[in-house]
Order: sequence, then structure tokens, then C-alpha cells
Amino acid sequence: MATTTSPPAADRVAGTARPARSAARRPRRSLLPYLLLAPAVVLELAIHVIPMLVGAWMSLLELTQFHIRDWSGAPFVGLDNYRVVFDVNSAAGAELLRSFRVTVVYTVLSVGLSWMLGTTAAVLLQRPFRGRAVLRALFLTPYALPVYTAVITWTFLFQRDTGLVNHVLVDQLRLVDEPPFWLIGDNSFVALLIVSIWRTWPFAFLCVMAGLQNVPDELYEAAAMDGAGFWRRLRSVTLPMLRPVNLVLLLVLFLWTFNDFNTPYVLFGGSAPAEADLISLHIYRSSFQTWDFGTGSAMSVVLLLFLLLVTAGYLLLTNRRRNDA
Amino acid sequence: MRETAAERWSRRIVLTLLAGFVLVPLYVMVSSALKPLQDVQGAFTWWPRRPTLQAFVDMWSTVPLGRYLLNSLLVASVAAIFSVSVAIFAAYAVSRYRFRGRQVFSVTVLSTQMFPGILFLLPLFLIYVNLGNATGIALYASRTGLIITYLTFSLPFSIWMLVGYFDSIPRGLDEAAQVDGAGPLRTLFQVVLPAAVPGVVAVTVYAFMTAWGEVLFASVLTNEDSRTLAVGLQGYSTQFNVYWNQVMAASLVVSVPVVAGFLALQRYFVAGLTAGAVK
Amino acid sequence: MSRRHLAILTATVLAAASLTACGSGDEPGDGGKTLTYWASNQGASLEADKEILQPELDKFEQQTGIKVNVEVVPWSDLLNRLLAAATTGQGPDVVNIGNTWSASLQATGALVEFDDATLDKVGGKDRFVPAALAAAGAPDKPPAAVPLYSLAYALYYNKQSFADAGITAPPTTWEQVAEVGRKLTGDGKWGLAVEGANPSENAHHAFTFGQQYGGDWFDAAGRPTFDTPQNVAAVKRYIDLMAVDKIVNPSNAEYAQNQSVSDFANGKAAMLLWQAAGANLKSQNMAADAYGVAPVPFPATAPAGGKRVNSMVAGINIAVFKHTKNLDGALEFVKFMTSDTEQVTLNKTYGSLPAVGTVAADPAFAADEQKVLAQTLATTAAPLPQVPEESTFETLVGTAIKELFADAASGRPVTEDSVREKLTRAQQQMR
Repeated sequence: MATTTSPPAADRVAGTARPARSAARRPRRSLLPYLLLAPAVVLELAIHVIPMLVGAWMSLLELTQFHIRDWSGAPFVGLDNYRVVFDVNSAAGAELLRSFRVTVVYTVLSVGLSWMLGTTAAVLLQRPFRGRAVLRALFLTPYALPVYTAVITWTFLFQRDTGLVNHVLVDQLRLVDEPPFWLIGDNSFVALLIVSIWRTWPFAFLCVMAGLQNVPDELYEAAAMDGAGFWRRLRSVTLPMLRPVNLVLLLVLFLWTFNDFNTPYVLFGGSAPAEADLISLHIYRSSFQTWDFGTGSAMSVVLLLFLLLVTAGYLLLTNRRRNDA
Repeated sequence: MRETAAERWSRRIVLTLLAGFVLVPLYVMVSSALKPLQDVQGAFTWWPRRPTLQAFVDMWSTVPLGRYLLNSLLVASVAAIFSVSVAIFAAYAVSRYRFRGRQVFSVTVLSTQMFPGILFLLPLFLIYVNLGNATGIALYASRTGLIITYLTFSLPFSIWMLVGYFDSIPRGLDEAAQVDGAGPLRTLFQVVLPAAVPGVVAVTVYAFMTAWGEVLFASVLTNEDSRTLAVGLQGYSTQFNVYWNQVMAASLVVSVPVVAGFLALQRYFVAGLTAGAVK
Repeated sequence: MSRRHLAILTATVLAAASLTACGSGDEPGDGGKTLTYWASNQGASLEADKEILQPELDKFEQQTGIKVNVEVVPWSDLLNRLLAAATTGQGPDVVNIGNTWSASLQATGALVEFDDATLDKVGGKDRFVPAALAAAGAPDKPPAAVPLYSLAYALYYNKQSFADAGITAPPTTWEQVAEVGRKLTGDGKWGLAVEGANPSENAHHAFTFGQQYGGDWFDAAGRPTFDTPQNVAAVKRYIDLMAVDKIVNPSNAEYAQNQSVSDFANGKAAMLLWQAAGANLKSQNMAADAYGVAPVPFPATAPAGGKRVNSMVAGINIAVFKHTKNLDGALEFVKFMTSDTEQVTLNKTYGSLPAVGTVAADPAFAADEQKVLAQTLATTAAPLPQVPEESTFETLVGTAIKELFADAASGRPVTEDSVREKLTRAQQQMR
């Protein structure tokens, strides 16, 4: 199903639009490219595509603890699992919808803010100054840190009685009297968002920094000559030049963040509070903790279709604009 | 192009804030690792009042940290090497050849990025077990299975980045080599690859990091012998207690080499991204 | 392309394949003389458990020639791993399971049934404590496991704190708990510690309080009955320890990693409801004479239909997977683990109770703590509902209670309506 996206988009996805001369030069149909691709294709088929199709098949089965042992003999229930997923009046459907909403807000905020921080840092580090290399290394560190260590450290910081966050808020700054909770209740969403941004923005920083290296200095000099200040330069030179980077960066960050499992799983120890119940964790719980893999798979398939739709829409939209320009 | 004083100061303030945001958790990791367990469980203090290295000693015996570390290193490096090797061939094909199915391939590969892991975790697990039973090659609960899984996780982005990088290498170089009688593979190894070192390094680092941190698949696909750090570190939270100081100490010890390696290679990484993904 | 290039390519792929194979781990369970055993985490750490078990396993190897490879699986992973093993028929031969999961795992059909003939092979049905064996599967089926370590809840209290507050005897009713709890609360110390964000702990208490208030979580046909008035009252009673009586530190609402035991050990809380906490308290430097152990309290006046139950039949069972290639060896190992010697050695180490009657009188279990636990198990403990959906019940009801604690902790009122609403929603998610 992943292969049904329209081929014209494909060419642009790969970013390989190039003059046709190389095609013209190799009229002979050769086996070589296929051989070169074979390992990648076989691996992707074996590890992603086939299991995904099996997963889609599982979503049509009643796959509870009574049947998992011999799951090929599990009763075929057609679209029943999907009915549960889409029935927002049922408890399961309502919970899924809520989790979906939480995830959308989380993704938008996390990607948006990470991108902003990354771009800010990259722009500010564009010019050489003393300590620039140190800062650059420091900013990249969260990306290099293994997920578990990064997130568990934040769990520690967010402890109500023994954590740094409340120590600073309550004891040192005296902003609040009663120490707030961060890992349960309303604030848990904020906590999750902070951790996510902390882990994500360095990647945005990295990509934008790379993108900035392609901006010729002459453009800035010309702009400066025209008397453009910092904001003008940013708006009329930097951001337009970063557009190709951002197009890809935002899409990749969106997909990663939307499917993020590790952050909430480690931060909340497997059972996230409702306010921070991201969709992949929700599906995990629906599958593994309630032992209902059919419904869990149905949820995953719906999630996949949603992501496919968003991605396709995004690519079409950005490509049309590029072509119009 | 001079910087105004206002610009300079706002730059300093913003960068300081950002540095603080990044630094505070890192600092806490270090300071907590130096505290005895009782102090970590008590009210937070910035400075360890009774600094001790005990946690760095105890952490090796609470969980088999050494084995986890070895597993993680092995799995992540082998997965990275293979991921990059496979990606190089695929990217070379996509970059230098026009062939039927090229676009389908590109889209499919990129779209695997959006598969929710949870959807194919259980099927993959079943496939590994059955394949293992049928062929005798242990995939489930072995490092092999994990390596194969992880190398496909980083493959799409790697291919896509390398295609960009290869595209940026002038085709004239290829043609010159071919005039000298080099075939396609020799061209790849003798001309394209040497020119693409930053891209290859970037992709290797990326693949390594992807495998290094993964939690979900590692928790289901490994056993005691093949467990990786990402899962194994959870062992500090036991039936009796959470050994916060040891968690922090272990986190520190396993992070330092990776962070150091990454920072050492970051220049390549940026260069690779610049010419590859980002052009 | 030339043949040479093809050769290079093939060689590369082959090298890749063979190199990958080199990186592989060893596959356990070759069907011969080795067994793979997944133990649960009972002690201070995974490694500590391994050190405790290994000498016993060596003994078993000496006796039978069967080598046992043990892996201690953390509780956070155990159910998933068991499920995975059940799904694929791959994995360990012998496993520890939380006894509350027995019926759920039994429903998968992956565990060996301990019918009378099989029970005879491990020493006979009569060896086992009947209450513990009753918590090893659905009542109308042969057990899916046999008990290994037996546990029950008790009330642990800090003797010094009690003496300082002028309290002479441990409370026996919830009303008294609230009363003494208020005396004990203050100066950063609290009357009682609870594990408010741990779904399993919450579900266990929901069960016990439910019994005391005349509630059941499943009807006779195995259908969920979460939101009955009795269950609502029971859960509210538990939450009210924090919400109304204010003897529980609101912070406990985020406890999910046994921090409540640490709080008790460090003197931050004066009471604790726990299963065999002794070994853990000792590891946290709390001397055995610093705390007292009493039965879990009851309501002062029993509500209509209330049962005299103050603990679940807690414990760890040992089970054998049907996919084992060495059934006899596996059963031999179960027999070994439930033998008199091993039962004394292991249960003594962990502070739990033997699952077999023959060694109950052993001096190893004569401490106050063990006497209270044994008394509870013998007279006032009941098994959790042995239904296939039990593990789902724990997740859903435990999570609902976690949310209620979060409400209470942040000052939101916890009313009968809000409790009922949460329980109803949990029930609707049962399929």
C-alpha cells in the first residue's frame, strides 16, 4: 500500500530531478542497477513491508490471548476491529481519539519549537566568535545521547519531591508554593514536550547549520549593502535559502515525532497519564497490555494511512509551490 | 557587515539560555552520579554534599553493564557498517542510472519511515522465530536479528542522503574513469566513494545513533545474552529500589564515548548533510 | 556488466551475510540436557537474584545432569516476554509468573497443565498450600502452574514513630489508620505511603478493599462488574487515605518504582501496606526491630456483604511451557524448586513463605513478619479473580486508580461520581 503514491511525486521526493542526458546516455537496459538495489529491496521487504502486510492482516483477526498462540487459526472478523477504532462513542474509540488529538498537538508544538530553536541557534552561530566551537559541540550533545539516558535523566529532574525542576521553582525562585506534579496530571504534557524538544532540536540545528553553509556570503554582503538589518537579512536571504532544507527537515521531524514511542515510554515508565498519552504508546498498551493485537493492529493501520495521507498532501503541496515559483 | 551592539547582546543572551537548557540535565547527570543513594533520594541539591565514586563501582554489579555495553557497541557498529554498505549500492544505482521502478523504489523506501514500529513489531517477531525454526539461523533473541532490524531502520534516510551526495559529485569524474576503461563498480569504488567520504561518514554516524538508542524492538527481540544498553539500563530500577545514582553513573559512562565520537565526527556530519540532504 | 563485477558484488553480499552470522548470540534450549529458566526479579537487583539462584541451579545440575540457564527478567518486561514466548512457541522451558496472571496465561494454552498425573510428578497435589494452588489458574481447570513463593499483604509500621506519637498498638481498622495516621503526619513526615502510580499495586488494593466492601470485579460468568456501588465505595475508601484523611503524601501519586518502600525505610512515612517488605527494608538499612508487622486493617463495621478478606493470595508461580523439548527435565526442575530444601532456602532469602505445607513450621519462617503473613494467608486471604481477563483488569482498574490519585494529589475533589465514571470507562474498555 505504501507503493501506491503517485510516481511523479517520487522523482521529486528523491530530489533527483536532473537533465535527461544521463538517461539518454544509457539506452541499454542493464541489470546492474537492479543488482545494486537488490540488498536494500530485500531488506526493506523482509523487515518492513512484509511484516507490515502481516500486521494489516492481523487487524482483520480477533487476536486476543485465546488465539495468539495459534494466530493463523484466529477467527476472521473482517472490519470489526476498525469499527471499534472508529466508534468514538465507545470507550476505546473515544480514548483513541483523545490520544490522537494529544499526539497532533504534541507533534505540532514539538516540531515547531524544535525547528525554531534549531534555526535560531544555527543562525546565531553562523558567524565566528570565541567559544563557537564549544557551543556547537554542546548543542549537539543531546542528539548524541542515547534516548534512554537522556529521558531517564529528565524523569529524575521532574520528580515532585526530589527533582531539580521543583527545587528551582519552589525553593529557589519561590514562584509557586505547592510543588507541582510533572509526571502525572496536566503538566505531564508540558514535561513530555520539554523532553521531546530537548532531544529533537539539536537535529534541526544540525540540518539548518548544514543548510546555511550553502548560502553564499555574497548574498549577505549584497543585502547588507542595501542596508538590510538582521531581521531583513533573515527574512529575505536566510529563510528562502533554507527552504529546501526545511521542506525535508520538517517532514522527517513530523514523522519521527508523530511515531515517537521511546520518549513517553521511558519518561512515564510504560503507562503515560491521559494528558500525555501519545498514539504509539496508546497502541502499544492496547496491543500488549490488554492483549488485543487485532484492535492494536487496526489502530496502527489507521495511523499509517493518516501519515501517508499527510505526507502525500505535504509533498504535493510543496512541489506545486516549487513548480509555480 | 558589522554586528550592532543590540544584535550582539541578544545573541549572547539567547545562546546562554539555550546552553543552560542543554547543560542542566547533563550537569545533573554528573552531580547525581557522584552522590550516595540516600542523598539522591532526598531533597535535590545542586552540589553533592558527600561526593563519592561508589555508584561507578556498584553499577557494574547491579546489572551486567559490561555485557550490555558490548552488545550495544557490536550491534550498533555492525548495523551501521552494513546499513551504509547497502545504502551505497542502492544510492549509486538511483543516482547514476535511469531504470524502470526507480521512482517506485524511492517512494517506497522513504515511506517506510512512516510505518509505526508497533505495527510490524509482532509480525516481525513471528517471522524471526519461524525463520529461525525453519533454517536454524537464530534471528530472535540474537544480535543478528537485531542488527538486521536496525540496519533497515536507518537505510531509508541513508539512501536518500547518499543519493543527494552522489548527485552532487560531478558526472564528469565518472565519465573520465569510464574513458580509462573502468566499469561501473570500479567507478563507484575508485571515483565516487573517495569523493563522497563526508557523506558516507555522516550516514554511518546516523545509522549508528539510530541503532544505539532504540528501545521498543530491543525489548522484545533480545534476551539476557543479547540485551542492549537502551533496554538494559532499565535494570537499575528493580523490585527493591531505583538506584538513581547508578543510573546516572552508568548513563554517563556509556554516553561519554558516543558523544565524544559524535563530536569528533560532527564536522563530517555537517559536511555530509550540506552536500547530501540539504542541497 | 562484466563477470568480474558480478563476482565482486556476490562476494560482498556473501561476506555481509556471513559476518552478520558471526555476530549472533547463542540459541538457548537445544532440546537436550539444558533448560532455560526465566526467573522473576525478587531481590535487590537482577544480578543479586542470579547470585542467589545460581548455587541452587548448580546443585540441580549435580543431581540430574541437567544444566539450567537462568535469566532474571525484570517485572516491567516479564509479561511481554511471556506473551511473546506463548505466541511463538520459542523461549524458555520453565518460567516464573506472577500468580495473578495464571488464568490469563492459561487461556493462551501455552502452559503445561498440572493435572493430577503431572502434579504427581512434582510431588503430588497435597504438597502445596491449597490457597496458593488455587491461585494458579481458573477454578474449573487443572492449574497452569504451581506455587513457588507465597506472599500476602501486611501493614508495616515504624515502631519509633508510633512510640513518639504515643501510639501503643497498630491500627486494626481503617478508621484507626486515619486517626493514628493524622497523629503521625507532620514535619515532612506522613502517616502512610502508597504506590499510587503503580497499576498492579492499585489493582491489588482495589481487590482487597472491594472484598471488604462486598464488591466483586467479575461476576460468576466472568463478565466485568467494575462500577458496582460496592467497588466504587471500596476504591473511594482507598483514595480517601490521601484525598480526605490526608495521611498520604500527595507525592505518592507519582510513585511507581517502589519509592513508597524507600520512604518507609527512610522514616518519611510511618506505615506501609506491602507484601513481605522485610528483605527490601533490610537492603535499605532498616533494622528488623525498627518496624512492626500487623495484619492489614478492616472497616470498623463491615459493610453489607463485606467479606473478611485483607489480602490477596499473592505470590509467584512456576510454570512450564508446552513447547519445551524436555518436558521431563522441566518437571524435574519444578519438583526441585518446590522441594523442601529449596523452598526453605529460597523463601528464607526472599522473606516470602513456602508454597508447600511440609516446611511451614521451619524456624526460617518463625519471625514476626512471616508469622503475620502466614496467618493472613491461612485465614483472611482470597485469590484475585482467576479469569483470562485478569491482566487487563489490573491494567485498566490500576490505571483508573492512578488517575484518581493524581486528581486527589492536585487537589481536585474525588467523589463517588468521579470514581464511578473512571471505573465505568475502564469497564467499557474490556472486550
